[in-house]
Amino acid sequence: MMTNPMGRLTQGQFSFLPDLTDAEMALQVEYGLGKGYAWSVEYTDDPHPRNTYWDMYGMPMFDLKDAAGVVMEVTGCRKAFPNHYIRLMAFDSTRGVESIAMSIIVNRPKNEPGFMLERQEVNGRSLRYTTRGYGADRPEGERG
Amino acid sequence: MSESTLITDAKTRYSAGVLKYKQMGYWMPDYVPTETDTICLFRITPQEGVDPEEAAAAVAGESSTATWTVVWTDRLTACDSYRAKAYKVIPVPNTPGQYFAYVAYDLILFEEGSISNMTASLIGNVFSFKPLKAARLEDIRLPVAYVKTFKGPPTGLVVERERLDKFGRPLLGATTKPKLGLSGRNYGRVIYEGLRGGLDFMKDDENINSQPFMHWRDRFLYVMDGVNKAQAVTGEVKGSYLNVTGATMEDIYERAEFAKELGSVVVMLDLVIGWSAIQSMANWARKNDMIVHMHRAGHGTYTRQKNHGVSFRVIAKWLRLAGVDHLHTGTAVGKLEGDPMTVQGYYNVCRDSYTKTDLPRGLYFDQDWVDTKKVMPVASGGIHAGQMHQLLDLFGDDVILQFGGGTIGHPQGIQAGAVANRVALETMVKARNEGKDIKNEGPEILKKAAQTCGPLKAALDTWGDISFNYASTDSSDYAQTPSASN
Repeated sequence: MMTNPMGRLTQGQFSFLPDLTDAEMALQVEYGLGKGYAWSVEYTDDPHPRNTYWDMYGMPMFDLKDAAGVVMEVTGCRKAFPNHYIRLMAFDSTRGVESIAMSIIVNRPKNEPGFMLERQEVNGRSLRYTTRGYGADRPEGERG
Repeated sequence: MSESTLITDAKTRYSAGVLKYKQMGYWMPDYVPTETDTICLFRITPQEGVDPEEAAAAVAGESSTATWTVVWTDRLTACDSYRAKAYKVIPVPNTPGQYFAYVAYDLILFEEGSISNMTASLIGNVFSFKPLKAARLEDIRLPVAYVKTFKGPPTGLVVERERLDKFGRPLLGATTKPKLGLSGRNYGRVIYEGLRGGLDFMKDDENINSQPFMHWRDRFLYVMDGVNKAQAVTGEVKGSYLNVTGATMEDIYERAEFAKELGSVVVMLDLVIGWSAIQSMANWARKNDMIVHMHRAGHGTYTRQKNHGVSFRVIAKWLRLAGVDHLHTGTAVGKLEGDPMTVQGYYNVCRDSYTKTDLPRGLYFDQDWVDTKKVMPVASGGIHAGQMHQLLDLFGDDVILQFGGGTIGHPQGIQAGAVANRVALETMVKARNEGKDIKNEGPEILKKAAQTCGPLKAALDTWGDISFNYASTDSSDYAQTPSASN
């Protein structure tokens, strides 16, 4: 159980708010579609802060212009991976951006194990730090 | 012989003696700037009795090739191209005695990739020139050909977001307070509390270097322990701007190397270290995957007064070329100087791909940035959670909002302060995306969020009514002069 003020992983742009309802999610999707973004769904059981590549739940939905369709994809991903982290990401292909424009966590494992900080004493008083998930030793798919 | 016309006969022009600048060729009302010229807009206040066109010509002369008397050695050079050309002078509206002077400079005049060289000409001797009471560099158009000689920000705001894994909202920071006197151990406590509570960044203040109360190595060690611990506790990438400013370049490099060894994602510099040091550190940062945070310490000494100095929009343009990733650009609603429109102009200069002429925002020229990376603006100084709707409305998503006092001064402690700010921010972004009119409904939206967030309620109760409504000294003189853009 994570002990930060929210008691959970705080990646994503709305982690300090109550979980979005599907209707609220659809509003965010519509906002992104209005800006010309392409939405995609990704999932993982390894939410290390520097694990960049979560697994893609299908391709980015470049041609999907209907918020309900995007929410349906999230629903499908939740069914397939109910105990994984799932994030909904918007991609902006504008020249000079060409990167992610929005990122919202829309599913979490029931228990979020969090991370420990390993300190390795090195030269003088310097330390080398390693962030390590408490669930990291478990097999893929069960790390939470 | 008229004193106000160009002397075209070479023998007369180069006879020993003193001529008017206009006679020497620095005033060319018919000149049309080329695509590769740098164009400067100066606001000048000539001494009593000095003709404005002659004053403009003098500015062109003194910022390029001229000296006070004719020299025959000019004739050994292609001096026509080395002379800057004043080509337009118009009175500043409703401001007797002041004039806008447009001056064009040939590309050959500036060393490629050197802000030091460019500034030595453009804001060098000319600003001490006696026939002018005052002069201010209001804006600059940098030609694409010159922009492309700079590498620009080492990281840029897009890549920074990818490295930090933070998208879709402004970033949140806080400056560690008190500015002076904390020991390394106490200092690290503030870092940990702020980051654990929900901030993305903490920050050294500009005057924290390595004083007797806290050696820089001690600060770096404790700060990075706080950063790493907060990262583990939240599962989010965290950072703290380690100020590596020092007395010498060797000191700066030594401090930056140590910050890198400890795994910091960002180092910080003060503007007072100077242009060459900034460009050196931009190179260092590019080699070491580091974000460079620039604190504009000292800029107010020359940017704030309208009649003399350099506008901050020019400084921001130079800093984007010189290579910084973060730049303090004002808050408009906080405790420090800044007219909202003028401040938005600085933000545009940092973030645009192509800056359009926009007189209300003090932007006198179009500026093509030709894919130069973008600088993340930083709003810092006397802002609090109760202003979140205004800040988001003024500046959008690509900005770092820094609440120092507004985090650390929270009645329930630093973590609660951080929670209040993060909840206020995410609430406002969500509401804006949902199509709510945050500018007008903002206070209500915050109040509603505070019903389920004690720390936000306490923040609003403490600071809700605090504002700094003083007249700004540096607003744009545009309204009456739409022609100033021509």
